[in-house]
Amino acid sequence: MRWRGWMLAATAPWAAGCTTTMSTLDAHGSAGRPVADLAWLLIAMAGAVVVASTVAMLVALFRARRTDEAPERIPVDRTRWVVVWGVVIPAIILAGTFLWGTHTLAALSASRTANALTVEVIGHRWWWEIRYPGTGVVTANEIHIPTGRHVRLLVRSADVIHSVWVPQLGGKIDVVPGTVNRRWVEADQPGVYRGTCAEYCGAQHAHMGLLVVAEAPATFAAWVRQESRPAPAPRDSAAVHGERVFLASPCVTCHTIRGTPARGAVGPDLTHLASRRTLAAGAIPNTKGALGAWVVNAQGIKPGSLMPAVPLTGAELQAMLAYLEQLR
Amino acid sequence: MTSTRVVPLAGASRPVRSLGWWGIWMVVLTEGAFFAFLLFSYFYTGSLARGAWPPHGNPELTLTSVNTAILLASSGVLWWGDRSLHKGHTRRLMIALAVTIVLGVVFLGVQGVEYSRKAFGPDADAYGSLFFTITGFHGAHVAVGIIMLATTLVRAWRGHFAPTRRVGVTVTAIYWHFVDVVWLVVFTSLYVSPHLGVL
Amino acid sequence: MTTETVRLQDVGQLERTWETPRTIRGWLSTVDHKRIGVRYLVTAFVFLLLGGIEAGAIRAQLARPELHLLSAQLYNELFTMHGVTMLFLYAAPVLSGFSNYFWPLLIGARDMAFPRLNAFSYWVFVLAGIFLYTSFLVGQAPNGGWFAYTPLTEAAYTPGLNLDYYTLGLLFLGISTTVGAINFIVTLITLRAPGLSINRLPIFMWGTLTTSVSVLFAMPALSAACVMLFLDRRAGMHFFDPAAGGSTLLWQHLFWIFGHPWVYVVVLPAMGLVSTIIPVFSRRPLVAYPLVALSTVATGILGFGVWAHHMFAAGLPDISMSFFSAASMVIAIPSGVAFAAWIATIWTGRPTMRVPFLFMLGFLVLFVVGGVSGVMVGVIPFDWQVTDSYFVVAHLHYVLLGINLFPVVGACYYWLPKITGRMLSERLGRWAFWLMFIGMNVTFFPMHILGLLGMPRRIYTYPLGAGWGTLNLTESAGTVVLVTGIVVFLVSVGVSLRRGAPAGANPWGASTLEWSLPSPPPAYNFAVIPTVRSRHPLWEDRVGDSGTHAPSELERGAVLDEGRETVGTTMLDAEPVAVLRMPGDSLWPLLTALAIALLFCGLLVPSVPISVAGATAIIACVIAWLWPERAELRAGAENSR
Ligand code: HEA
Ligand code: HEA
Ligand code: HEC
Ligand code: CUA
Ligand SMILES: [Cu+2]
Repeated sequence: MRWRGWMLAATAPWAAGCTTTMSTLDAHGSAGRPVADLAWLLIAMAGAVVVASTVAMLVALFRARRTDEAPERIPVDRTRWVVVWGVVIPAIILAGTFLWGTHTLAALSASRTANALTVEVIGHRWWWEIRYPGTGVVTANEIHIPTGRHVRLLVRSADVIHSVWVPQLGGKIDVVPGTVNRRWVEADQPGVYRGTCAEYCGAQHAHMGLLVVAEAPATFAAWVRQESRPAPAPRDSAAVHGERVFLASPCVTCHTIRGTPARGAVGPDLTHLASRRTLAAGAIPNTKGALGAWVVNAQGIKPGSLMPAVPLTGAELQAMLAYLEQLR
Repeated sequence: MTSTRVVPLAGASRPVRSLGWWGIWMVVLTEGAFFAFLLFSYFYTGSLARGAWPPHGNPELTLTSVNTAILLASSGVLWWGDRSLHKGHTRRLMIALAVTIVLGVVFLGVQGVEYSRKAFGPDADAYGSLFFTITGFHGAHVAVGIIMLATTLVRAWRGHFAPTRRVGVTVTAIYWHFVDVVWLVVFTSLYVSPHLGVL
Repeated sequence: MTTETVRLQDVGQLERTWETPRTIRGWLSTVDHKRIGVRYLVTAFVFLLLGGIEAGAIRAQLARPELHLLSAQLYNELFTMHGVTMLFLYAAPVLSGFSNYFWPLLIGARDMAFPRLNAFSYWVFVLAGIFLYTSFLVGQAPNGGWFAYTPLTEAAYTPGLNLDYYTLGLLFLGISTTVGAINFIVTLITLRAPGLSINRLPIFMWGTLTTSVSVLFAMPALSAACVMLFLDRRAGMHFFDPAAGGSTLLWQHLFWIFGHPWVYVVVLPAMGLVSTIIPVFSRRPLVAYPLVALSTVATGILGFGVWAHHMFAAGLPDISMSFFSAASMVIAIPSGVAFAAWIATIWTGRPTMRVPFLFMLGFLVLFVVGGVSGVMVGVIPFDWQVTDSYFVVAHLHYVLLGINLFPVVGACYYWLPKITGRMLSERLGRWAFWLMFIGMNVTFFPMHILGLLGMPRRIYTYPLGAGWGTLNLTESAGTVVLVTGIVVFLVSVGVSLRRGAPAGANPWGASTLEWSLPSPPPAYNFAVIPTVRSRHPLWEDRVGDSGTHAPSELERGAVLDEGRETVGTTMLDAEPVAVLRMPGDSLWPLLTALAIALLFCGLLVPSVPISVAGATAIIACVIAWLWPERAELRAGAENSR
C-alpha cells in the first residue's frame, strides 16, 4: 500500500540514526503486517475522533460567546442531541473498530501454522534460551528463522514472567511460568529484527534483548547443521590451553559446551558462542574485548545479573578468550 | 455520643433504620465480596488442576456437617434472643447471647480438631493454602463475632438494651448471621462440591 | 429538641456545640468533616509532590540513552512507588478530600453519618502512607511495579521486605478506603436535607456514590490477593506457585478485577467535578442530567467486566479475550454520553472564561485523547503490539492527569474560595493552566510514538542505537514545563491564603447548597436545615425546573441546636423521618488507627509480640470507641431497629 510507505516516511525522523528499527509500523511478514494496517486504521480513527471532539468544543465556545446577555430562563434540553452524538455515532465507530480487530485476530490465529517450523523460547532472568526440537540445536538470545515460512514459537519460563516481543514481526506473547504459550511469526525478507523482553522481570529487564535473524532457507539449513554439531576441538595451542582453563573453572557449573564435560544448565549454552552477534542478551556486542570484560566483570555490565564475577589471572583470561573466540 | 443515633420524629410515616444497620450491611457486602474472591480463587485453581482435585482426596464430611449444624443452631438461638428483646425480655437475650457464644466457641474447637486431622498443611500445595486460608479467615470472622457477642452480653447485663434501644444487638446479630451464611457457602464449596464432582 | 421551621436569630448555641477547641487534643480528636476534608486534600497533595519527585527522577534518568544517574534497583523502586503513590495515595484520596468537605454541604447536613469513622479513615490513610514510605528508609521499597505480578514478587525472586511493604501497605490503606466508602454511602442514603430526593442529587455525588459502591466490591479483590501473596511469601504457601498446583495468572485476575474498577474510582468523582463546574461557568444547568448520572453508574458497573483487557498478551483463549475487548468498546459509550452532554452544555450556555472553566476545557481535550487510546488498546491484535510499551504509559497518563489532575486543580480554583474564603489569582491561574496543559502534552504525547517505535516500559535505560533519544529528551523537557505549572498553581494557593480577595458566599453565582453558606462555612455548616425543592436551589429564579414546585427554603428550617444534631430522611424521597444525634470529638479513632499501625509493623518485622499487642490494642480501642457514654444511656429511646 502506497500510503503506508508515505506514513512511514513521516515517522522516520524519530527512528533515524538507528541501526535496526523496532517500529511496529515498519512491519515485515504476514504476522506483523495486518497489525500495522490495523494500527494505522486505529490511528486514523483516533485522530478523527480527537479532531472532531476538539472542533465541537471550540465551536460550542465560539457559538455560545456570540451573545453575552445572561440567559434568564433556560428551557433548552438537548437530550436527543446527546443520544445521537454520545451513543449512536460512537457505537457505530466502535462496532467498526471491533469488527476490524476481530478480523485481524482471525488472520493471526494459530490455524495458519500447518507447515510451520517450531522453535522453543525459554525465558530466563535475563536472557533467552532458544531450542530447535529434533535438531539438538540450543543457543541463546538469537532466533534464526527461514524466510517465507511460518515459525511457531513455543514459549515458556524458567523463572518469572517475561514477554517475547519482536515489533517488526508481530505482537508480543507473555512467557508465563507453568504454561506454554504460542505465537507464530513470519519474515518475508532476510534481515535482523530486534526484539526485547516486554514484561517487567526484575533488575535487568532493560537488558533482555533478542534478535531474530531471518535467512534464505538454504542459509538457514546450513546454520542449523552447523549449530547442531558439538563444539569444534580447539586447534592452536592458546585455545587448547584455554579449554583446559575453562573446564577447570567454575564456568562449567553453569554453562554447557557440547562435546566437552561442561554441562551446566544455569546460563546460556556456549557451544557456538562465537557465531552470535551479541552477548548477554544484547547488552554488549560480541567482540573479544567485550567478551573479556563480561567474563571478569559481568556485574559491572549488567548489575544484578545471575552471572557472578569469576576471578581469573590475566593469562588465564587470555587463554580462555582464545578458546571461546573459536567456538563457531 | 459514641456513634450517630437515630431518634425518629413523632409521626414519622415509616420505621427508621439505624445508621448502624446501614453500616453493618455495607460491611457485610464488602466482606462477602472478600470471601467471594477467595472462593473464586479456589475454583479457578481447581479448574486448572492437572491431577485430582482436591489432590488429597475428598474431604471427610461427618464432623464438619455436625459443626455446620452447630453454627446454624447458634444463629437460631441468636435470632430468638433478638426477638425476645423486642418483647422486652432482656434476660432471655442474655441467655441467647451466652449460648451463641458457647456454640461459637465449640465451632472453633471442632474446626481445630478438623485441622489436626488433616494429613496436609497450608504449605503442602495450593489446595492446602486455599483450604486453610479460606476456613481460617472464616474462623477469624467467627472469633470477631464472638468478641462482639461477648461485648454485647456485657452491655446487656449492664442494662444497655431495651425494646426501643437495641442497635448494638441488631448489628451483632446481622454480623453473626452473615458469618453463618458465609460458612454455608464455604462448606458447600470446599466440602460438598468435591463429592458432587463439580470440578 | 425542636424540628420546627424557624428563622434562626442566634447561632451562639450551635457554635458552642460544634466548635472544636483550638488545642492539640482538639486537633487530634476533631471529627469535623471540613477539617478532615482539608487534611485529605493537603496530604494527597504532599503525596502528589512525592510521586512527582519520583517522576522527575525517572525522567532525568530517561532523558538520554545509557544514562546511569540511578541504579537499576533504585529505578525499579522509583517507578513502582511512583505508580503506587499516584494511584493510591494521591488520586483517590484527593477526591475523598473534596467529597469529605463537600458531601454534607451539598446535601444540607451538618456532618457525615459516621463522623468518627471519618476521622479514623483519614488517620489510617496517613499512617498507611507513612508506612509505605518508611520502606525507603530501610532501602527496600516495593519494586515489583504497581501491579506486582507474581512470581517475580514471590520470596524466591524478591526476598527483601520490598513486597511485604507493598502487600501490608495496601491492606492497611484498604481499610481507610473501605470505611470511607461506607461512610459516603450511608451519609447519602440517610442525611440528605428534606426534599433532596434522589433525582435532585448534585451531579458530583453520583460520581462519588458510584465510586464508593465500586470500592466495596473491588477492594476485597486486592485485599484477597495481597493476603495470599503475603502468605506465599511469609508462610510458605503456594497460591501463585505453578510447581505446587498454584497459578500465576490468578494474581493477575484478582489484581485487575480490582484494578480496572479502581481506575474508574479515581476518575468518576473527578468527572462529577467536571459536570459540576462546566454548567456553573456556562451559566446553565447540565444538559441531560439523567443520562449523565446513568452513564456514571453504567461506567461503574461495566468497569467490573473488562479486567482481562490488561491480560491480552498472557495467552488467554481468543474467545474470552474477544468478550473483554467488546466490553472495552462498550464502556466507551457512557463516556461518549458524558462528553456529548458537556459539549451540549457549553453549546447552549453562555460561557465565561474563568480559570476553573479553562481547566475543564483542558480536561475535555485530554479526556478524548486518553479515551481513544484506551479504545485502541482495547483491540486485541493492536494491544499485542503496544501492551507493556510506552503507548500504554501514554494512555494511562492522559487519562490519569487528564481526568484526575486537571479537574482536581480546576476544582481547587473553584472550591478553595469556599474553603479558605479567599479567591485565587486569575492571572497566575492562567499561567498555571497553560504551563500544565502544554507541559502535559509535550511530556506524554510522544510516548504514544515511542510505544509504536518499540520502546518497552519499565526499562531503566535504553541503548543509543534504538532511536528513542530525541523523543525521550522532549518528554523530559516537557516535564520541566509541567512541574513549573504545578509550582505556579501551588504558589497561587499560597498567595491567595495570604492576600487573596475575599470570596463572599457565592463568587461564581453557582447553584448548589454549599454556596448559600458563608465562606468558609461555620463549624455547624447550616444554621437551619434547608428544604430543597429542585436540583438548583440557588438558581430557582432562572431555571425552569422548579416551576411546578414550591421554592426551596434556605432561611427557615429545623434548628436542632440542643447537641450535635441533623435531620435524617428517607432513602429516595428524602422525607424527614428522624433527628440524628451525632458523636463529638474523640481520640479513639486516632488511637485505633495507631493500634492497626502497630499490628502491621508487627507483621512486617515480623514479630509475634508486636503483632499480638497490636491486635489486642485494636480490640480494646474499638470496644472503648463504641462503648456508650452515660449521658447517652440516660437519653432514652434511641431508635426502633
Ligand atoms: C484514569 C483512569 C483510566 C481510564 C478512565 C481509562 C479508560 C479506558 N481504558 Fe485504560 N488504563 C488505565 C487507566 C484508565 N483507563 C491505566 C492506569 C492503565 C495501565 C495499567 C498498567 O498497565 O499500569 C490502563 C490500561 C488500559 C488497557 C490495557 C493496556 C495494556 O496494558 O495493554 C486497556 C485495554 O483495553 C485500557 C482500555 C481503556 C478503555 C477502553 C477506556 C475507556 O473507558 C475510555 C472511554 C473514553 C473515551 C473513548 C473518550 C470519550 C468518548 C468520546 C468522545 C466518544 C467517541 C469515541 C469513540 C468513538 C472512540 N486501558
Ligand atoms: C495519577 C497518576 C499519575 C500521575 C499524576 C503521574 C505523573 C507523572 N508520571 Fe507517571 N505513572 C503512573 C501514574 C501517574 N503518573 C502510573 C500508574 C505508572 C505505572 C507505574 C508502573 O509501571 O508500575 C506511571 C509510570 C510513569 C513512567 C514510566 C516508568 C517506566 O515504565 O519505566 C513515567 C516515565 O516517564 C512517568 C512519568 C510521569 C511524569 C513525568 C509525571 C508528571 O506528571 C508529574 C508531575 C507532577 C509533579 C512533578 C508534582 C509537582 C512536584 C513538585 C512541585 C516538586 C518538585 C519536583 C521535582 C524536583 C521533579 N510515570
Ligand atoms: C553462577 C552461574 C555462572 C557461572 C559460574 C558463570 N556464568 Fe556465564 N552466564 C551465567 C548466566 C546466568 C548468564 C546469562 C547472563 C545474562 O545475560 O543476564 C551467563 C552468560 C555468559 C556469557 C554470555 C552468553 C551469551 O550467549 O550471551 C558468557 C560468554 C559467559 N557467561 C561465560 C562465562 C565464563 C567464561 C565463565 C567462567 C569464567 C562463566 N560464564 C561463569 C551464569 C554463570
Ligand atoms: Cu524478561 Cu523483562
Ligand atoms: Cu482497564
